[in-house]
Amino acid sequence: MSRWLERFRPYLMVAPAIIVFVLFFIYPIGYMIYLSFHEWDFISPDKQFVGLDNFAGLSEHPEFLKSLENTFVFTFFSVGITTVLALLLALWINRPTRFYGFVQGAVFSPHIISLVSIAMLWMWLMDPQYGLLNWGLEMFGLPQSQWLASPETALYSIILVAIWKSIGFNTLIIIAGLQSIPPHLYEAAALDQSSRFTSFAKITFPMISPTLFFLIIMNLIGSFQVFETIDIMTQGGPLQSTNTLVYYIYEYGFRFFQLGYASSAGVILLIVLSILTVLYFFLMSKRVHYQ
Amino acid sequence: MAVTSVKSLSETITFPPVWIPETIRFENFTLAWDSGPFLRYFVNSLIVTLSILVLQLFTIVPAAYAFARYRFFADRALFALTMITLMIPTQLIFLPVYLQFSSWGLLDTHLALILPFAANAFAIFMLRQTFKQVPEELLEAARLDQASEWKIMYMIMVPMAKPTIITLLLFSFITHWNDYFWPLVMTTTDASRTLPVGISALTNVEGGVAWHIMMAGNMILVVPILIIFFVAQRHIIRAFVYTGVK
Repeated sequence: MSRWLERFRPYLMVAPAIIVFVLFFIYPIGYMIYLSFHEWDFISPDKQFVGLDNFAGLSEHPEFLKSLENTFVFTFFSVGITTVLALLLALWINRPTRFYGFVQGAVFSPHIISLVSIAMLWMWLMDPQYGLLNWGLEMFGLPQSQWLASPETALYSIILVAIWKSIGFNTLIIIAGLQSIPPHLYEAAALDQSSRFTSFAKITFPMISPTLFFLIIMNLIGSFQVFETIDIMTQGGPLQSTNTLVYYIYEYGFRFFQLGYASSAGVILLIVLSILTVLYFFLMSKRVHYQ
Repeated sequence: MAVTSVKSLSETITFPPVWIPETIRFENFTLAWDSGPFLRYFVNSLIVTLSILVLQLFTIVPAAYAFARYRFFADRALFALTMITLMIPTQLIFLPVYLQFSSWGLLDTHLALILPFAANAFAIFMLRQTFKQVPEELLEAARLDQASEWKIMYMIMVPMAKPTIITLLLFSFITHWNDYFWPLVMTTTDASRTLPVGISALTNVEGGVAWHIMMAGNMILVVPILIIFFVAQRHIIRAFVYTGVK
């Protein structure tokens, strides 16, 4: 009896977690792939096999293509600008002063606040009539913007919110990277009388580039899933200008009950995320050798 | 936001903006609170978040212990499965999980919000790393004293890993307290809705946008997190940074 228990104890220990994972993560992925080859409206009892028709349909579907384009634009700008600004901010506030401690807390707090609150706060700031942002623009004599209300600026307004939300977290990660650079490298550079720019280009940047790579990939994975701000601030509009991939899946699944389409779009998201994840692990194994 | 939450409606829509309101209107909070079943939302949020924390504690600790200390058939495969789960976002699987819950008749219940998060791959990974650092001699000594494996786990391993466990729980609390996406998808009535979903409904209150009420509502959502943040700021920042650096 006790021998038997001995043998099976580890399985008993991992079982609860593994059951949850299989039931709610692994199996659903399989089911989604299965559905992507079928046509189903959620109500009728039979799911009709349609092969690759859903994917072919998606490739001609203007709304889907628009959401894909928006997702890429969103990802490109939000990740690009966040990374550059976070790097500059990190280089600036990476000083062990009391001020730094304060800034650290201040830039970090958006990261733990619910996206619901953040979205609502920015809706108010971006209100075309009464919003603080337009008031600020007017003060400096700049033309006012329609922000979320116009199809031309809505997506960029959402990008702005995404940058504001993630910049603090990114900055802290880069600072952690900066602080792990051995100081003797800079001392050697100072002996050689190298300029500040040279020491940045030859020491700082190469030393933190692994950290930057990771941040960029993590941000890419995150921004392909953008949903909350869109749902609360614009619902994909005006004129589809802020419709993104996850929002598309949500709408087609839950509003129009075209589960085949929605699942196919999900499979496309799965493929994008898988590529990024493989890249992530590839870099992780490289970095282990690097250090 | 905090300032706007105590303004009057006319003060929120003047241009240029009023920075400091004439009178501080705390009644905005009661107005927001009364504009929907917020007590229900608040209780739902508490039930869901705390249940997730408790369940996670019971699934994570044994799993991390087994992965850290035992060699068994298929251990690598099962650990790989855990790591794959770590990479699957909820935004990818909500549709099939929704269908699953609907066939079980569990839609719009607390269980639909709790069960998928009863285990946490990231936490298992982190805790496993911590458990691996506990010196083997300590376990040997306990085994000589005839301590059972369960006793070793809860009397030695858990106290040794206390900082990691607290960090992970804080992490989970913030994630699920703030979560909007999952409850939005899985709930249809106020009976099981959580705070973030309830508050987002304030955007379309009848008779135009009432910014002061919206901001007051958001304070209900944000204040608990801010309190936790100020109490455990260093802990939390370290936890999040560590996630990124790994």
